Amino acid sequence: MSSIPYILEERPDTGLNNSRLGIWIFIASEVMLFGGLFSAYVFLRFAAPEGEFDYWGSKLSVPMATFNTLMLITSSVTMIMSWASLKMKQFDKYKLYLGLTILCGTAFLAVKYFEYTGKFSHGIYPASSTFMGIYFTLTGLHVLHIIGGLFVLIYFWGPAGSRMWKENPDLLANRIEVTGLYWHFVDLVWIFLFPILYLL
Amino acid sequence: MSYKNEHHEENFFQKYVWSVDHKVIGIQYGVTSLLFLLFGFFLMMVMRYQLAYPETPIPIVGWFFSESNGIMLPENYNTLGAMHGTIMIFLGVVPLAVGAFGNYLVPLQIGAPDMAFPKLNAASYWSYFVGGVIMLASFFTPEGAARSGWTSYPPLSIFESGQTMWLCGMIFLITSSLLGSMNIIVTIVQLRAPGLTWFKLPFFIWAQLVTSFLLVLAFPPLEAASVLQLMDRVAGTSFFLPSGLVYAGNAVEAYGSGSPLLWQHLFWFLAHPEVYVLILPAIGIVGEIIANNTRKPLWGYKSMIYAISFLGFMSFIVWAHHMFLTGMGQTMSAFFQLTTMIISIPSVVVLTAFFLSLWGGSIRFNTPMLFALAFLPMFGIGGLTGLPLGVAASDIFLHDTYYVIGHFHYVVAPGTLFALFAGIYYWFPKVTGRKLSESLGKLHFYPSLLFMNGVFMPMFIQGLSGLSRRMYDGGTQYAHASDILHWNEFMTISAFCLGAAQIPFILNIFITLASKKTGERNPWNSTTIEWSAPSPPLPHVNFDKDVEVFRGPYEYSVPGEEKDFCPQTEK
Repeated sequence: MSSIPYILEERPDTGLNNSRLGIWIFIASEVMLFGGLFSAYVFLRFAAPEGEFDYWGSKLSVPMATFNTLMLITSSVTMIMSWASLKMKQFDKYKLYLGLTILCGTAFLAVKYFEYTGKFSHGIYPASSTFMGIYFTLTGLHVLHIIGGLFVLIYFWGPAGSRMWKENPDLLANRIEVTGLYWHFVDLVWIFLFPILYLL
Repeated sequence: MSYKNEHHEENFFQKYVWSVDHKVIGIQYGVTSLLFLLFGFFLMMVMRYQLAYPETPIPIVGWFFSESNGIMLPENYNTLGAMHGTIMIFLGVVPLAVGAFGNYLVPLQIGAPDMAFPKLNAASYWSYFVGGVIMLASFFTPEGAARSGWTSYPPLSIFESGQTMWLCGMIFLITSSLLGSMNIIVTIVQLRAPGLTWFKLPFFIWAQLVTSFLLVLAFPPLEAASVLQLMDRVAGTSFFLPSGLVYAGNAVEAYGSGSPLLWQHLFWFLAHPEVYVLILPAIGIVGEIIANNTRKPLWGYKSMIYAISFLGFMSFIVWAHHMFLTGMGQTMSAFFQLTTMIISIPSVVVLTAFFLSLWGGSIRFNTPMLFALAFLPMFGIGGLTGLPLGVAASDIFLHDTYYVIGHFHYVVAPGTLFALFAGIYYWFPKVTGRKLSESLGKLHFYPSLLFMNGVFMPMFIQGLSGLSRRMYDGGTQYAHASDILHWNEFMTISAFCLGAAQIPFILNIFITLASKKTGERNPWNSTTIEWSAPSPPLPHVNFDKDVEVFRGPYEYSVPGEEKDFCPQTEK
């Protein structure tokens, strides 16, 4: 399949390579996915009785979510650093920064786990209220995106990444760039989730 | 680029099952979706039998309704209706138009060796396959298949059985469409052969590009809605359940304060662009065939491209014309009425351009052309009967009657399906290296055209008389329907004859496949790039020489040239 052009080099008239365009289109579809859910949130919030969303929203833990926001922002920074390290041909630094990204992502999941189980132990479930329903749906879908991203990151952090570094370092840099774009998007979704669920 | 096949020997499974070659995946899509179309058609035949002869045992498949001695119960009818719609749209027409034709032809028509992401392409097919298996398996679960219509309106869909499987299947099908259409966009933008600029692209490619954008942007909201409905069913949330709901005589135990209208908005935000997903590839196919068989350039090529791009954009802001009866308010109705009237303009532009393309051409009436020509008035009827539905005042009367069924079936069945048949006859020589029989093709075409109209034309009569679309007994208990009920039998007989008319088509495929391969490259004397490849194209690389493009897509009968066609790849 080596005959497919523009896997790494840019097509002169579009200025893009295939995977970069592909991931942007994928992100566009993800925007529509979360956009659908966000508009559902707006719709339900308008339809809900006065003060209902405020009441249930106050049951969420702002400190935990703030910590998680920091985790994700940090992970986005380290994600960029690992890509930059690859571009500067520093494989050890790449591994370090990618490892930190994975660590931050995992910390996010761990906090989310305690948040969820904390709610369950107080008898709060998705069925408890419309707010809780949309809270669990939105954050649950976001968590699935984090888990998917982590699988990819771990794959490139492990032996597969080392092998690719030896055989085709440019391909690895391209893959990390594209993965990074996805990771930043997932981060961005949380940046929207945090205020509408926890702070509003 | 080297054109030697540099791959190691592939065994049967690598070659035909887990293949990443766009041509094999295209054929996989094509065969699977044709089988689903046939299955969806069988479901419809059972329904039609029931409508013509209610309360009588169903022949042949009566065993399926064994609890009621072969008589169809209302809930069985609802299941058939829901699954007929779902299968025809999501498992039949879209995979055939975008999955099969898109996958097979897009790389060939732009002179590319494969799709941009071959593995993603295979993932798209297998995701579709899993979705299809889930949908089929749902018939045999204790709950049975979904019975809430293909639109799955809550609150009923939250309580009726079978819906969970439907939602899981839909999530796979949506994922499949997303992966496939991403791939098509990147392929068209990135892999065009040297010299193939945007306005040298065949119209079919433009149609596929717009279609793919619709799929990428319109499907995710339905995925979101499906997740919400799944939560309502499985986790007990009440996104779509209002407070104080009573179901089957009992108060519903749920938190409430949700809104059934939310589902309708999210659903139709997908499902109206989906209509154009159904029609645009068909328009693309018809454009190719008309240009080829009139031996003339396509009239108004550029205006058609602008028209379908505008159409694609507008299709995102017309969805609520499906919801005039929900009481969403006059301002909303007025807005969506206006956009709906506007969106009919580009469709008329395209259809007019096709008719003008015929003007003064020396038309060859081969089977693909016959189907393409029949597409024009059939799609025209489908489109024009849509106008009264787009105006709130007349929609209030026509909503949920057989008129609606007649309208959208004219668009999709004798419209899109005829175009897809035309495409199959037209590109079959490229795919297999063998031309389908013309006489069997005509035996397929003429009865199909006749009986299609026999099935759908009376629906307008019934609908205008006010017959509701959801009567499981065909309206026998409906007092003021009594003088139009005799049409039911006529339509049912037409439907069975329509089924019989497909036999020559199936025979044709098998007989032709068994015949000797000619491998003729360009049997229709066509100009576009795919016809410069060997028939069938080479595995993984498609072309046996480097492709370079010098000309526009439809240079037929160029004055001063020897031949009446100038291929895009020739100087």
